[in-house]
Amino acid sequence: MSNSKLSQSISTDGADPKISEQVLDVEKDLLSMESYSTIGNNLVEDAKMSVRNVNVFYGDKQAIFDVHMDIKKNEVIAMIGPSGCGKSTFLRTLNRMNDTIDSCVVSGEVTMDGENLYDPKLDVVELRARVGMVFQKPNPFPKSIFENVAYGPRLHGLADSKVDLDELVENSLKKAGLWEEAKDRLHQPGTGLSGGQQQRLCIARAIAVEPEVILMDEPCSALDPIATARIEELIEELSQNFTIAIVTHSMQQAARVSHRTAYFHLGKLIEVNPTETVFTMPEHKLTEAYITGRFG
Amino acid sequence: MTELSFENHIMTQFDEELEEIRTRLMEMGGKVEQQLKNAILSIHEGDSKLAKDVIDQEKFIDQMEKDLDDSCILVIARRQPAASDLRLVMAVTKAVNDLERIGDEAKKIANHSIILSGEDNKKSGYPEVRHIGASVSKMLSDALTAFARFDAEAAMKTFNQDVQIDLEYKTALRELMTYMMEDPKSITHVINILWVVRSLERIGDHTKNLCEQIVFVVQGKDIRHD
Repeated sequence: MSNSKLSQSISTDGADPKISEQVLDVEKDLLSMESYSTIGNNLVEDAKMSVRNVNVFYGDKQAIFDVHMDIKKNEVIAMIGPSGCGKSTFLRTLNRMNDTIDSCVVSGEVTMDGENLYDPKLDVVELRARVGMVFQKPNPFPKSIFENVAYGPRLHGLADSKVDLDELVENSLKKAGLWEEAKDRLHQPGTGLSGGQQQRLCIARAIAVEPEVILMDEPCSALDPIATARIEELIEELSQNFTIAIVTHSMQQAARVSHRTAYFHLGKLIEVNPTETVFTMPEHKLTEAYITGRFG
Repeated sequence: MTELSFENHIMTQFDEELEEIRTRLMEMGGKVEQQLKNAILSIHEGDSKLAKDVIDQEKFIDQMEKDLDDSCILVIARRQPAASDLRLVMAVTKAVNDLERIGDEAKKIANHSIILSGEDNKKSGYPEVRHIGASVSKMLSDALTAFARFDAEAAMKTFNQDVQIDLEYKTALRELMTYMMEDPKSITHVINILWVVRSLERIGDHTKNLCEQIVFVVQGKDIRHD
């Protein structure tokens, strides 16, 4: 996200005139608040990843304010919120993708199984294998389907022989639900697949390096409803073996695939609760207003 | 959530749809309330014409139930309501069911009213009907007001009125039994009264369900069977 886009979203000038006064008042309170606390169960006992006191700045603009949250092992957690609320920025702090933006400064603590992810001695390339990422637009390498999946394992030395590698590629494609469609064209370019297939190829690529956590940044927003349904089904299956954090603009998608839902607003983490609670009886007024379609 | 609002959606059409559902539920509630009042009145006045009117009107309540259910299904399909919107739609589909059943009970009362009006001047049991009838009418009216205002507190108070109605019902049963023992020739008459009292008690139960739905819409709490 660029600086200018972020500053726009943080200022309230562009607020929708239809936002009810009530919500505006709460929003005003929220902006003036120096410290706040997240409502719901943002902290859990068996945390895979823990985020404490995390603030993110782009230059002198603050994008994330003092976020405390845990991500449970093998859960699917959805981040929702209006555009520019910081949900994608937050997701990117979890595998240090924000390091790639020069002006971006992250403070606070992010740990995975107790290990500090912002330790300067930590190998970021290895981290991103352990915490994989799937992006909004499918971005297969301009290589064959096989090579797309085999690239990571080869780089990280996960396969000792050709047979091992073949098996790993097959398993990854199977887990991503692409094997049946791709097995006869493994050596054709990945870019020749349909959008939904390409996204599943990217998921196969991410899981080929045996990650512990998979981050998904609006993985279905470029896909048609059928391809979306297949990815959603896949997310459910993948949650057996992986921990998944997903950012989505589709509230129905969050309701369908996630176990817990986190609501971000103006860079603050407002509420984290079990998904069924968030969609039937949210605790915070802003969450209620957002998920019932009163602003966004 | 303290104040409940079903306005200010980005899609104003959605506001209108929810508002329409709410308005029509209130219309149906008003109609059912009138049916109950007329059914009770027809007994006291011995007015079989009024009773027949209650029976004729029942089909309109049935139609209202079907129409409102259709509207709710359409809103779910079209808007995928969430949170308070979803709770409202779900509560309305349940509330229309209870209102329709109250309409059925009013019709049953009207049926008995016609039989009673054909009897010569037997008035035993009428005070009991008047008594429970007034309590039940008030309860229904309070519940509908609470629904119109989305007032969970008022709904809880109304909910608790059912305890009193159940008590009055038991007392009435005892009294009706003594009438039958005193004068076996009055048994047919008293059994008709008994059915009326029974229907009134059932209406109390359905009204209690309405109150549960109001609490669910406003507070998200399920107080059924507590």
